[in-house]
Amino acid sequence: MNPKITRRRFIKGVIYSASAAASGAGVYVATAASNRSNGAVERLISINVNGRTRRVDVLPQETLAHTLRYRLNLTGTKLACNRGECGACTVMIDNVANYSCSLLTHQVKGREVTTVEGLRAADGTLHPVQQAFIEELSPQCGFCTPGQVVSAAALLIANPNPTREEARQGLSGNLCRCGAYDHYLNGVMRAAELIA
Amino acid sequence: MRSHDVMPDMDLYQPIQVEDAVALAGRLGSRGWLLGGGQDTYGWLKDRAKTADAMIDLNGIESLRGISETADGIEIGALTTLTEIATNPLINARYSLLSSAAGRVASPQIRNAGTLGGNVSQDVRCWYYRRGLDCYRAGGNLCYADTPEGMNREHALFGASRCVAVNPSDTAPALVALEASMVINSVDGERVISAEDYFVGPAIDIENTTALRVGEILTAVRIPATWANATFYFEKVADRNVWDFALVSMAVAMRVSGDTIQESRFVCGGVECKPRRLLEVEDAVRGRSHDASTTELVASYASRGARPLAHNQYKAPLMNNLVRRAIETV
Repeated sequence: MNPKITRRRFIKGVIYSASAAASGAGVYVATAASNRSNGAVERLISINVNGRTRRVDVLPQETLAHTLRYRLNLTGTKLACNRGECGACTVMIDNVANYSCSLLTHQVKGREVTTVEGLRAADGTLHPVQQAFIEELSPQCGFCTPGQVVSAAALLIANPNPTREEARQGLSGNLCRCGAYDHYLNGVMRAAELIA
Repeated sequence: MRSHDVMPDMDLYQPIQVEDAVALAGRLGSRGWLLGGGQDTYGWLKDRAKTADAMIDLNGIESLRGISETADGIEIGALTTLTEIATNPLINARYSLLSSAAGRVASPQIRNAGTLGGNVSQDVRCWYYRRGLDCYRAGGNLCYADTPEGMNREHALFGASRCVAVNPSDTAPALVALEASMVINSVDGERVISAEDYFVGPAIDIENTTALRVGEILTAVRIPATWANATFYFEKVADRNVWDFALVSMAVAMRVSGDTIQESRFVCGGVECKPRRLLEVEDAVRGRSHDASTTELVASYASRGARPLAHNQYKAPLMNNLVRRAIETV
């Protein structure tokens, strides 16, 4: 087999040609197994991730966290509880923090997804939250950090100058098992100063 | 292509019109699963404790979103997120009871995704049931929680009938207090029922927490002007301030003139499989002042008739104390 035609690319090509023929209905249906017939949403969809349009083959029931990590290789988004109870998978959808484990990828079509990888500037300059978290030594083990960074960035978009209490509320949906909460809050307050 | 995601294989429909969603819900019946914010759904599916052939994702239906003024109050689309409700200026100004309740749900991220329709239609949190055991609510013939060894600290004081689970919704007591009504659509048309009738206990329907039938979709919640700008009190007591469901919550709307309580609605969450109206308290406080003399008299009415299980006796004094606080704080 030609190494450039991988199995994945070959299958994507087949699906693309089939879905092009099936599209155009008012109701979109994504089909898990190819033998289910009742109309079908395209499985090959475009989603906007970190400012780029990504074509990706997504199962109907697939969660965004799974797509990001295992199809787009954006492994900064962590999966821990996978039940919306820890915050490690937090991403921004249209600048609002969401648990990507508890959202279907098909629901973010036409919306802007920002992961921790998409926060830094094009020239590599860190996002103020990232810079502040380094300066304040906010992370301890670091596993919850991507979620904390994204939650803090979303908070500062909605409220660029939060009180410490508002920052506490803003980050309250992210668990840190090391208990580094105060250090993260120091980071958020410093980030707010950096943005100002 | 095999999925390594923990979600089970399912179809997904994404209607963009209410009519299409209603037709799909009617056609699929119990094989379909209505999807709002999905914050209750994915746990069931990932745990393989419940499943369906297809999800009907209502999020693409723009007409189900948003908050609008009507001739008599406001109408809230069922797909409006809890964050929008907690921060909406109109609701904050007139019905802050509801915005307080919505703002206490779970965590910020869950409120960003979770919808009002989903919050009031969510299933109970009894862990035996959610673990997928064949209890009464799951169609079996026993209850694992109401046993001498059962873990029932979070369970019901009132209205148990075989099942002792409570309704976990934070917004439900607020909506009952505000005399809201629920707009329900199906292929047979539209029906509107009061929030009080929307929530049902196990004696009426042991497998559902609401009057929503298979094939029906909750499309909107209407709040009349009856309690607009009233005096409100909301408190949710939970183990943690984030994520956890209420052990007991109290939603109160009062019309106070001078020192006197003229009319009131006291609704308690977390003690029954539906929001519990405290009618005896409402009757007793009418015409009385909102101070300690009244609370001495009425506070114990709140938990009257409670039938505690092995580990939830604490909820009875908690109810009384929340009533006391509600009256004295206003």
